[in-house]
Amino acid sequence: MNKDKLSTAGRTDYQVVGTRPPRHDAPDKLTGRALFGPDTNLPGMLYGKMVRSPHAHARLRSIDTRHAASYPGVYAVVTAQDLQLTEESNSTLDESAVNFKYLHENMLAREKVLYVGHPVAAVAASSPHVAEEAAKLVEVQYDVLPAVTDVRAAMKPDAPLLHDRLITQSLSKPSQRPSNIASHFQHLKGDPSQGFARAEVIVEREFTTSTVHQGYIEPHACTAWWGLDGNLTVWTSTQGAFGMRDQLAKLLSHPMSRIRVIPMEVGGAFGGKLPIYIFLEAVAALLSRKANRPVKMTMTRAEVFLATNPTSGAYLKAKMGVTREGRITAAQAELYFEAGAYPSAHVIGYFGFAMAFMFAPYDIPHGQVDAYDVVVNKPRTAAYRAPGVTQVNFPAEQLIDELAVKLGMDPIAFRLKNVVREGTELMNGTTHGSIGAEEVLRAAQSSAHYGSPLHGPHRGRGVAHGYWGNWGARSCCTISVNGDGTVSLVSGSIDLSGTRTTVAMQAAEVLGLSLDRIKSSVGDTDSIGYTEMSGGSRTTFATGIAAITAAQDVVAQMRGRAALLWGVEVRDVSFERGVFTTQRGSEQQMTFSEVAGRLAETGGAVTGTGNVDPQGWGGVFGTHIVDVQVDPETGKVDILRYTAVQDVGKAVHPGYVEGQMQGGAVQGIGWGLYEGYQYNTRGDMLNPGFLGYKIPTAPDVPMIETIMVEVPGPNHPFGVRGVGEVPIVPPPAALANAIYRATGVRVTDLPMTPVRILEAMGVI
Amino acid sequence: MMRALTAGQDRVRASGATVAEVIDALETDHPGIKERLLAQGQLAPGIMVTIDCQCALRGLQEQVGVESEVRFLPVMAGG
Repeated sequence: MNKDKLSTAGRTDYQVVGTRPPRHDAPDKLTGRALFGPDTNLPGMLYGKMVRSPHAHARLRSIDTRHAASYPGVYAVVTAQDLQLTEESNSTLDESAVNFKYLHENMLAREKVLYVGHPVAAVAASSPHVAEEAAKLVEVQYDVLPAVTDVRAAMKPDAPLLHDRLITQSLSKPSQRPSNIASHFQHLKGDPSQGFARAEVIVEREFTTSTVHQGYIEPHACTAWWGLDGNLTVWTSTQGAFGMRDQLAKLLSHPMSRIRVIPMEVGGAFGGKLPIYIFLEAVAALLSRKANRPVKMTMTRAEVFLATNPTSGAYLKAKMGVTREGRITAAQAELYFEAGAYPSAHVIGYFGFAMAFMFAPYDIPHGQVDAYDVVVNKPRTAAYRAPGVTQVNFPAEQLIDELAVKLGMDPIAFRLKNVVREGTELMNGTTHGSIGAEEVLRAAQSSAHYGSPLHGPHRGRGVAHGYWGNWGARSCCTISVNGDGTVSLVSGSIDLSGTRTTVAMQAAEVLGLSLDRIKSSVGDTDSIGYTEMSGGSRTTFATGIAAITAAQDVVAQMRGRAALLWGVEVRDVSFERGVFTTQRGSEQQMTFSEVAGRLAETGGAVTGTGNVDPQGWGGVFGTHIVDVQVDPETGKVDILRYTAVQDVGKAVHPGYVEGQMQGGAVQGIGWGLYEGYQYNTRGDMLNPGFLGYKIPTAPDVPMIETIMVEVPGPNHPFGVRGVGEVPIVPPPAALANAIYRATGVRVTDLPMTPVRILEAMGVI
Repeated sequence: MMRALTAGQDRVRASGATVAEVIDALETDHPGIKERLLAQGQLAPGIMVTIDCQCALRGLQEQVGVESEVRFLPVMAGG
């Protein structure tokens, strides 16, 4: 990439980057005109409905679809028999390893059902109501088996086995015995026993977190149309159109070129709509092929809770030791994650993130982290905004807080004493790059919130500090210049949070254009080059670089056109802030629009392309401060004040960054205080809806104050860092630390409901 | 977790121009490592490779420098 005229740290002369223009997608989304997953309507379209298991664990004895197939208005019925049987094989998709046998079985069960809601068949009919009635006519015979929904119970020698041939994957000597423990990995740094021997104060506790859903408001929805010409078109709500296409190609044994995935607007995803797992699209495609009609499938809210991919609950043990001067000498953790029905750790890499990032904010010379992925009779787990890290930050930051209390140290001062810097080694042996850990902690320490007094009974202030590593990955962007000097920008990144605007802002900065001169849109798999899924906080960084590259390509071509018009060499043409200039002969200037108006006579269209796979992205730190009041009679927690402090690289659109910080904090508050799947002993989920599964709403949270610390990120022309995920990491621990200071007790189980708080206080 | 194969050493040296060649060299010096790192001729599910702290996107075919540090880690993906 040409880095001409693009500087990083210290630059203050931005024209577009750093401003707050309106979002490209705002008018349609605010007026209800935006088209989301369920909004596709085609002539002759049918409606699909899944048949789902009522049992958490059972063998499938038989499926009889005859009555359903003959029901008036039914055009097709499919079961796992309609999917080509796949040997257990793995394939790489968006840098994750996907086991296609498990993927098939999760889409439509073949021999066993492993959670309530597990699909066993699907019908396509003339209306949603006919489909629903016909689904009830599919006769399924089950042999019910005992279910296990807790990781500790699942690891016992006599636990019911979900998979008869699942052997623990590990870098240790392979086990020969089937187990519900799918994976075990370990990081070892230095000599933990020596580190703990040097410690003068040691704390050690056990914690649990609940299964939590990403809580997106828009359910999964898609429409598939398998045409007579063999071309399959899928309109869907997804985080990655190309990943979805590649999955479908493999699942359906169909060429990628004959599959077109058109991403619709997404009404929330947060990791729950990654294309690694497919719930509806392949089934809708099969129904469409059988019926020779388009088929739409939309999940109900209950189906979203029961049968998509929440994030792991976990059982966690953690230990940390310090000297009396406040230097951490060692840390140790055992992490037992729910995989759900199928092994998850190697697909969604929360293992790797959790193990590497749990203690990443601190310079710890000795440590050991063991992580286990355990299958249980729940839906298969997946990513939720900083996957795995919120779960492990909860114990880590409570131990840090407990040590600070024991040492009589200010909690932020204690963290600063052990802060990481560039070059500090993490538990996994990698080292931090250019980071803003110290800057964030100092900004929190000097904030108005932290410096304000907190008076009154049953009130406490808590602090927590967390890290997320971010991501780069493949992105493609094209920019076409129109004759009136406007440009059309197409990128392959699904827009989850306004990124079509932040990407366009970066292009505008290079092109010297105002943002209203750029139309920014998201392409489908036929109209743009391969682009990784939107996730991992990568889009503004990586697709931004693609847009910058495409814009530079445009500028280079336009300089050539200007040179042609002036009759000079290209090297005699310069470009700055939207104006081409030559000093050759007499000084002459032309604006971008003027050159654009003459493209036809100078060689035709100008299209710039950026196809990138950037490396060396920078991670980010977040420090959260929260004041709470706990009712000693009811255990209810009221949040009085909340501040999120974070390094943000260069905030391309400060309003969006603030929104990410606030949104992540609110989700973390829900995780900390309210949210969790509830199960009975049979494995039935008791709260598959927003009435019983509470997420925070406006009355539950105060305005989240935000403090952005701009520490330029490495390897990006404007110093951009991903910002969207670290905000969800600290809230549960910050709340726990505040509750401790308000009540004198530590709550070690999420969510920290009133009942749990009262139990911890000894009131009940 | 593989120190039982490396006589307790937490770091070992190996020669190779690619990750695949490095693994072959490791297998020669420390038999049994290949079985733990590979499955069906590819990196085992859940394992990623970093070279000098950068993800090895080409997996086994990634080039390795003369003094590169190669690490085999649990995969990190998603979000």
